[in-house]
Amino acid sequence: MTPKRKQRLLLIAGMVIGVGIATGFALKAFNENLMFFYTPTAVAAGEAPANHLIRVGGLVTTGSVKRLPDGLTVSFDLTDNQDTIRVQYTGILPDLFREGQGIVAHGKLQGDNLFVADEVLAKHDENYMPPEVADALKTAHEEGSSKQTGSPY
Amino acid sequence: MFNNFFHKLASPKHFYRIAGNLIPWLAGACLLLVLAGLYYGLLVAPPDYQQGDSYRIMFIHVPAAWMSLFIYVVMAVAGAIGLIWRMKLAEVMLISSAPIGASFTFLALVTGSIWGKPMWGTWWVWDARLTSELILLFLYLGVIALHSAIDDRRIAARAVAILALVGVINVPIIHYSVEWWNTLHQGPTVTKFDKPSIHLSMLIPLLLMAVAFKLYYAFVVLMRARCEVLERERNAGWVRELAEEK
Repeated sequence: MTPKRKQRLLLIAGMVIGVGIATGFALKAFNENLMFFYTPTAVAAGEAPANHLIRVGGLVTTGSVKRLPDGLTVSFDLTDNQDTIRVQYTGILPDLFREGQGIVAHGKLQGDNLFVADEVLAKHDENYMPPEVADALKTAHEEGSSKQTGSPY
Repeated sequence: MFNNFFHKLASPKHFYRIAGNLIPWLAGACLLLVLAGLYYGLLVAPPDYQQGDSYRIMFIHVPAAWMSLFIYVVMAVAGAIGLIWRMKLAEVMLISSAPIGASFTFLALVTGSIWGKPMWGTWWVWDARLTSELILLFLYLGVIALHSAIDDRRIAARAVAILALVGVINVPIIHYSVEWWNTLHQGPTVTKFDKPSIHLSMLIPLLLMAVAFKLYYAFVVLMRARCEVLERERNAGWVRELAEEK
């Protein structure tokens, strides 16, 4: 490699590394703003601002979904397996909404661990499988023969 | 011998001929794999346990998103080679790749949006993954615009190479966005060190389509590069001879 080319190589490497470091610092500074939602744990720890529109994401606790007497409002528990928050929502739920499913709710905290949502989005997970496999996994899980915790594979 | 081959390949005249011979093979292989991928993806693969048949859009969405990142990395590497070694063919590859990469990025964004409406309940959210992929589309469009804004092709190639290299920082951000931040977009299914979280019967058509998209890029970029080489070398003797032959 000629000295001239070596110089250009170093210059380009320096530029890419410099831009990388600058971007890294910028992203670090805006880390909180880049989070799409707060977890229930973050809400419990008081990291989420009260009386502000925020998003909270987590899993819908199994057996917690209830329809209120007005027939339109749904209330359910949202958990990240550490803390739980009660969510109330009036409106149409997305197709993938079900117990045990991950969702993201947009709305306001109303003290006392109650979150009033004006929008609920379903968060899909990264697992894809045929229904028979899902059924087999479920059966195996209920029989207690499956001891794995993470991925169903 | 190998060295000799690469020197030959780097000369526009030989590149034009070799690329011309390769294109039909690459295009034929691409067509076969697309047909196989669509057949296995749309007809053979079972429906998903939660999403039913809607998940099948991923056989287009995921390979398109992979290609959007892959082509950008190719452009950045070609840009570095062009800047350091002043290799004309690298400059040609860079600018020929940009419109293809932009198309794949657009395709990934649109198919994701179509899937997002029924599954998430929204066409678009400003989460880290979607936003960084949108920035990638703007980077591609910036590369195309910058190149056509400068008349001198060699100066234009240098300017575009620097833009491509600065923008390459966005590629790891897109890939890791779903792990670094809370996003609505799900985490990686296949491109992780763990076992893929997808059933084999769905993984096979996905990989078939991924290879088909790679081949599509290969033959289209060679077609575009041949055209770019002809335009750049329009005053060279071999191009005149070629024109007189036809």
